[in-house]
Amino acid sequence: MQLRDLLLSTLLATAAIPAAWADEKPVLTVYTYNSFTSEWGPGPVLEKAFEATCACDINWVALEDGAALLARLKLEGKNTKADVVLGLDTNLTAEAKATGLFAPHGTDVSALKLPITWADADFVPYDWGYFAFVYDSEKLKDPPKSLADLVDGKDGPKVLLEDPRTSTPGLGLVMWMGEVYGEKAAAAWAGLKPKILTVSKGWSEAYGLFTQGEAPLVLSYTTSPAYHQIVEKTDRYKALVFPEGNYMQVEVAGAIAGSAHADLAKSFLAFLISPEAQKVIPTTNYMYPVRDIGADLPPEFTALPVPEKSLLLPADEAAKHRDDWIKTWVEAVSQ
Amino acid sequence: MSMAAGSRPSRRGPATGIAGWPATVLTGCGLAAVLVVAAVAVFALLLQAGGGEIAGISTYYLGKVLAFTLWQALLSVLLTLLAAIPATRALARQPHFPGRSWLLQLCALPMVMPTIVGIFGVVAVFGGSGYLTAAATAFGSDWRPHIYGLPGILIAHVFFNLPLAIRLLLPAYAAVPAESWRLAAQLGMRGRDVFRFIEMPLLRQQLPGIAIIVFMLCFTTFAVALTLGGGPAATTLEVAIYQALRFDFDLGLGAMLALLQVVLCAGGAWTVWRTGREMAMGSVTRLIIRRYDGASNASRLVDYSLILLVSLFLALPMAALVQKGLSGLHAAASVASLSKAALISMALGLSGGAVATLCGYLLAQARQSLMLLGHRRMAMLIGLAGRLGLFVSPMVIGTGIFLAASGRIDLYDLAVPGVILLNAVMALPFVLGLLEPAMATAAERHDKLCAALGIKGWHRWREIDWPTLRRPLGSAFAFASVIAMGDLGAIALFGSQDLTNLTLLLYGQLGAYRLDGAASTALLLLALTLATYAILERWVGGRELH
Amino acid sequence: MSYIEIKGVEFTYEDLRMHFDLSVERGEVMAVIGPSGAGKSTLLALVGGFEAALAGRIFIGGADITDLAPDARPVTTLFQDHNLFAHLNVIQNVGLGLHPGLRLTPSEREQVSWALGEVGLTGFEERLPGQLSGGERQRVAIARCILRKRPVLMLDEAFAALGPALRREMLELVLSLRTQKGLTVLMVTHDPADALFAADHTAFIAIGKVITSGPTAAVLASQHPTIRDYLGT
Repeated sequence: MQLRDLLLSTLLATAAIPAAWADEKPVLTVYTYNSFTSEWGPGPVLEKAFEATCACDINWVALEDGAALLARLKLEGKNTKADVVLGLDTNLTAEAKATGLFAPHGTDVSALKLPITWADADFVPYDWGYFAFVYDSEKLKDPPKSLADLVDGKDGPKVLLEDPRTSTPGLGLVMWMGEVYGEKAAAAWAGLKPKILTVSKGWSEAYGLFTQGEAPLVLSYTTSPAYHQIVEKTDRYKALVFPEGNYMQVEVAGAIAGSAHADLAKSFLAFLISPEAQKVIPTTNYMYPVRDIGADLPPEFTALPVPEKSLLLPADEAAKHRDDWIKTWVEAVSQ
Repeated sequence: MSMAAGSRPSRRGPATGIAGWPATVLTGCGLAAVLVVAAVAVFALLLQAGGGEIAGISTYYLGKVLAFTLWQALLSVLLTLLAAIPATRALARQPHFPGRSWLLQLCALPMVMPTIVGIFGVVAVFGGSGYLTAAATAFGSDWRPHIYGLPGILIAHVFFNLPLAIRLLLPAYAAVPAESWRLAAQLGMRGRDVFRFIEMPLLRQQLPGIAIIVFMLCFTTFAVALTLGGGPAATTLEVAIYQALRFDFDLGLGAMLALLQVVLCAGGAWTVWRTGREMAMGSVTRLIIRRYDGASNASRLVDYSLILLVSLFLALPMAALVQKGLSGLHAAASVASLSKAALISMALGLSGGAVATLCGYLLAQARQSLMLLGHRRMAMLIGLAGRLGLFVSPMVIGTGIFLAASGRIDLYDLAVPGVILLNAVMALPFVLGLLEPAMATAAERHDKLCAALGIKGWHRWREIDWPTLRRPLGSAFAFASVIAMGDLGAIALFGSQDLTNLTLLLYGQLGAYRLDGAASTALLLLALTLATYAILERWVGGRELH
Repeated sequence: MSYIEIKGVEFTYEDLRMHFDLSVERGEVMAVIGPSGAGKSTLLALVGGFEAALAGRIFIGGADITDLAPDARPVTTLFQDHNLFAHLNVIQNVGLGLHPGLRLTPSEREQVSWALGEVGLTGFEERLPGQLSGGERQRVAIARCILRKRPVLMLDEAFAALGPALRREMLELVLSLRTQKGLTVLMVTHDPADALFAADHTAFIAIGKVITSGPTAAVLASQHPTIRDYLGT
């Protein structure tokens, strides 16, 4: 691109965004989180593919994360500009549903392949993964064998966690511990505490500290090592699956009721779980696709360890326990 | 704000009524009023939306959070000042230290780097596998630093704020009359005598204002406290506000907590200003003044060591970032997206900086004129209004404007002006910190003369104010621009897909495992920041006057 | 050799290259006059040690002081402004002349009171500089000069801001100190009348050089065009 063109396009982009929306085609506004729409995320590819068939424009509004999405929706209520909201997870869907803003997705989800049966009428899952502790095999020769091993082990390796009040993986771990330990979660947290190096605001901080070598263990996903294998060609980082099971994260999208582009929104949801869109997911979001995409799933993904047990609280139970379990965490880990 | 208070007859100036006030003063007052009204409206809205019912926080928890927030902020301020005083003193005593101006330029960086980048830099030096550890290993020691907890928070806060404190403190040294240094030399004062008789009174005037800024920056800390704090024991008030507004969507509680923050910060600032003597600090045009107490070999040794130490403390984390950035070049984003993001950063940075500088000038002008007219309290109110960006939690501002706009204005269409304005509000406190003292001095020097000669309006600006204020205006514009360049909060709030600046690009890379690429984006951002700062300060501010 | 010998002292400020040669006898009052920017204050700063000569030597009482620190030189300088620290009271400001860290013995305190008496400021001990008039402030500074017991006193337009009567009064005070303590005085002034009143000799400086020096009346009557231009006669 010539520098002049670049300058011009930037000027246009910064000064005349509204003008870009002014053409004839209907505009589908999708609220999502910003790593989804970054040039390394699924957003750009999906946008191109969908726009090729829909005779429409996708307008992304990319906020910080899932929690930011939900908060923005609640703020705007019925006045929201969103037609589709993409990027909530099952920890947030109960609350999202309670806003009454979402319309039934009306999409056939029978072809989906998830460790659980999908029964939600409003939200369509578009990717999923297991939370897992990822370790640095060059630093840690003898990683914990189980969650119990990690929690109770004496002189265990230091671990980097994320805060459940500010991040998705952090909340996932709270749910994980809650489901495994139930009433005894506080004691388990107390056992884990001496091994916690620090609890960061978000995944990026924790993962950055991990790759800088601050601790040999970090809370991430079982699919994280696939990135390092595919892009960096290294087997150095490995994920741990535990016999107690690993907690799942399912990321979902939903259409806003009363949207002016309701049909378009529904076809976008359907597109989202189509094989064409799903084959993009593994190497952009580094999560599992929600349907069998056969040979389109990179071999690095098929080689990943899979836990024998998949843990996931139903959305309403997750919502019910969330506050108490976070409080338990704060108290146990603050001591 | 009561305009009645403003129209009270003054004891000094002849032009007392509002009608007698120059247009700039009225504009400044109007601006301050807009800021205050906006802040009040945001809080009112949030509280109303929250239904007036505040639930969900135990006073015990809140007490602990408050105590920790205050404690770490006070310690951070103390350490920052304890380092800033000797460092600034050494820099002031050694005006010809090689690399001095480079060091001062470097001082613009930590303030504006994205928090996560700063954290990575600090950890790369002080962390368990950082430079310190490597050095210890090289010397055969198995000592390992352990920074997670209060030490990490304090190191990071000093890293982020020490450069700011130095930049704000150094001009004050230039305000000491040259005769005082000569007198000290003639009387044979030694270092500690000079400190006691010349520097102490200076610090007593300057430190409270600087302490307040640093205090507020540390009081509203979020990612640093969480990430380096070692766990939820390091929960600050800002985390609680975030939790309330984002996670629990308890708008009333969020607003209450944020109000608590405003009251604590503004109350602190008000007290400091009330007790502090309001005094013109003299020339900020000369940063180089001949010092006799720095000439001896002993003091040169002390000063050089101090400067070296501070330089290392600031430069090592940046060196680590440069190293990471260079080694991450292979994974850097495409030239097209980097240059587009860089252009957007620049465009938003410069416009945010320009708006902040203009508003800052008007506010400082209004404050100065009110001061001269004897409306001291009103002047202080204007100063506070300009600093709202420091007091009010960014979370609250973001939530508030979207709540206010919902169903009325399509904010997503206004992303560009919105980001520029928000950044300007955030940069305004620093602009005021640089402009207020300079304008007070300029007013003291020139007001009477200009009144006597009837120089006013445009003529006064062109002939008198611009040449005198050019340098501080240049610094303010440069500083505000780089703050806006490094913005994340405002741009992420609007989430417009075409509006990706370098910081947002960097976060996108981090979120997609591209840590190497993110490191090189950070390097580009830092280089761009440094260059912009240097060029703007030189180009707008002109050369140093001797 | 004269008491003060300034020999081939060179200095550069902005674009002005200066070269000074001047002799001052012991116990005399020498006025230094000349146009603004000619280098009068620079000459005093060179003798006082506030600026370092690029070449040449300065001797006082036969000793080479060129490389000495300001406080080690047998001179004391009185500036036009800022001779006092605004936050210290009169006693403290004067006391600094005895100990730069203000650790004063009781007998030194008495000396301070005595010196204040010498300049007619008994009873002003506790005042701050802001509570004094311009003349009083300079008196406080002179009291400190007395206590410093330096044989050379330099006045850098020290009284320029005072009215004619007050200026005369201050000069009289300096002259009586000169007699009592045997001081040698170098004074920069703009007023030929002051020079005539107080100075035995006068040096005229223009563009960084001493054009002429000699008995005050003779210098003021010189037909040198620069001097005539300066005096406007």
